Amino acid sequence: MFAFLRDRINASWVMLVTASFISWEAGQIPGVPALGVGQLALCIAFAKAFLVGREFMDLRLAPRILRLPFLAWALAVPTLLVTLYSR
Amino acid sequence: MTHRAPPLQRTAGTHIPGEPGLWVLIFGDLSVFSVFFVVYMRAYTKQRDLFEASHHLLDRRLGLLNTLLLLTSSWLVARAVEAVRANVPGARARLTAGMACGLGFVVVKAFEWHAKVDAGLTLNHNAFFIYYFMLTGIHLVHVVLGLGVLLMVRSRFDAQGNWTGSVAFAEGGAAFWHLVDLLWIVIFALLYLI
Repeated sequence: MFAFLRDRINASWVMLVTASFISWEAGQIPGVPALGVGQLALCIAFAKAFLVGREFMDLRLAPRILRLPFLAWALAVPTLLVTLYSR
Repeated sequence: MTHRAPPLQRTAGTHIPGEPGLWVLIFGDLSVFSVFFVVYMRAYTKQRDLFEASHHLLDRRLGLLNTLLLLTSSWLVARAVEAVRANVPGARARLTAGMACGLGFVVVKAFEWHAKVDAGLTLNHNAFFIYYFMLTGIHLVHVVLGLGVLLMVRSRFDAQGNWTGSVAFAEGGAAFWHLVDLLWIVIFALLYLI
């Protein structure tokens, strides 16, 4: 199991699946405000998207000309969406 | 005896996965979808009650199932590219398994749409369902295109399962497939979770 998780791609997949269950389950917890669940789901979604880009698309090793626009996207779009959603 | 090329060495900060031109397409697609996401969110905030009530009409379990299928598919395709780069066996089997998960996504989506249409929840039902069918429809077109790209990548293996194409070709096809996964992650959150 530890050998499996030492591989970056395997570890990323486990994190992505775990994060998917967390954001799915968050909506089922009674008493948690819908707004907070929505904000959390959006933040988790873009963290997952960033991980897919960094590890699966291999942007981790790419030149800055690819890494920086992707990082800007992964920060700007969720910020805009969460701001709109929270109004 | 098959000649195997040495494994590809990559250096941090210099390796462009796939062909450089592909990234224009990837960032272009990402930008267009980002506009869709913002337009959807503006519509959501203007009719919050309607969107919240309508999103409860979706089957969240099918959304999660499709998310797991695409994540697993992306993982298998990334492992296939890893095997191509390292020039070790198993790449074709991983790619084929990844494509099977992608096909599973299409089947689940078809089942989901069929159930919605049967229940009278069509494009004309309300504003939420216009966005639901538009976003998931455009994404589904990307899934089908992505599967076509992966099929082209798969055709570069010889009968023994040895990779005969360039590493950049495998990386490029995989990068497009990961984009399809990445876009679904956000669509899943917007339509099914908030």
